[in-house]
Amino acid sequence: MKLVELRDDGTGVADLDGARSEVSLALLENPALGDYVIIHAGFAIEKLDEKEAIERIKLFDEIGRAGTE
Amino acid sequence: MKYIDGYRNPEAAERLNSRIAVLACQLKDRHKTAAIMEVCGTHTMAIARFGIRSALPENVDLISGPGCPVCVTETGYIDAAIALAGKESIIVTFGDMINVPGSESTLAQTRSSGGSVETVYSPSNALTLARNNPDREIVFLAIGFETTIAPIATLIETATKEGLRNLSLLTAFKLVPPALKALMTDPELKIDAFLCPAHVSAIIGSDAYRPFTGPKGVPCVVAGFEPLDILLAIDGILSQLVAGTAEVENQYNRVVKPEGNIKARSLMEKYLQPVDARWRGLGMVPQSGLGIRPEYGEFDAEKKHGIKIQQGREPAGCLCGDVIKGKLKPTACPQFAKACTPDHAIGPCMVSSEGSCSAYFKYMR
Repeated sequence: MKLVELRDDGTGVADLDGARSEVSLALLENPALGDYVIIHAGFAIEKLDEKEAIERIKLFDEIGRAGTE
Repeated sequence: MKYIDGYRNPEAAERLNSRIAVLACQLKDRHKTAAIMEVCGTHTMAIARFGIRSALPENVDLISGPGCPVCVTETGYIDAAIALAGKESIIVTFGDMINVPGSESTLAQTRSSGGSVETVYSPSNALTLARNNPDREIVFLAIGFETTIAPIATLIETATKEGLRNLSLLTAFKLVPPALKALMTDPELKIDAFLCPAHVSAIIGSDAYRPFTGPKGVPCVVAGFEPLDILLAIDGILSQLVAGTAEVENQYNRVVKPEGNIKARSLMEKYLQPVDARWRGLGMVPQSGLGIRPEYGEFDAEKKHGIKIQQGREPAGCLCGDVIKGKLKPTACPQFAKACTPDHAIGPCMVSSEGSCSAYFKYMR
């Protein structure tokens, strides 16, 4: 989910395709607007590394194409 | 950004399944089987939901381990929670807990007979309840693995800062690495590899599995929850078994760092300390739990309310313990889908949405 709002009390709002929920950011180091985060029990437990996420999709794509050759 | 489709690409799944089949044949040529234990309830559910287990070659077996936090929580803990509800406290819990049988009854029964039991999605809700009910004692049922322990640890921090004095935690926290150690050294089990959890690893880091690898160890592969993540991890495990190596492989590096989440780990370290813990199925495992440090004893529900979690009585005929340990497949339990169903569950593995029995019941009958 993507962080779309940061509040002074250490909470924020995360968005997934328009569905929004309040999350605690107490476990994150330097949360920033636009960060993708992994949420567990209402807490952002870690940031998602976008570069690695995209690399992985590319890898799956390559594996898939290797199957059709 | 739409991630999900890229992680469910059917051509890639087909290709990975054929790679797995080839590796399984290579193992078979050496008369070897691969018993892979998944130690995370969310993996158990994903594996069942996407039919991964049934698509595997016959000499590759996925065994569900003690990955469901509600399931590994012992009966006596429920008894203690019910006793606290009887002392006029408001019991605050994750929803999965309320139908888990204690020695005599459940929290759901306590609630219907007038006890205060609130179910919440987030531990933060316990803080709100404490603020809104200053003249009531709030007891949060603090169970779970590292992923859940870290959020709960922040409650002590916030309550201390705000001077909230009516909140305490009934702890039965469990740690994954000591459980892996107990499973690896159990003579009744033969585990060839661990499929390591996603979110627990986000907290503890992939380096936490190093002690289980090496010459006397087994491959430990961290995987995400998407079906392709799981297939790629199985592919990685089989490649290691064929090559005869036993290393940590982090296939979820978009989230998991070698050192984990340092901020979360420091918070846990500040408020909690290792304790011996009893697990349903595994019994007493040394230093496999976390309890509240004595300097924060006012948040420890057992100390504050003068109770003690005792060993409870297991439900008659329930084989959850053997299922949790990976000794028994849910379908091999004589009660499965007969006397024991999600609507009339005898044991926690059928109650919890992450329990192996519930996963098998929902997707694999």
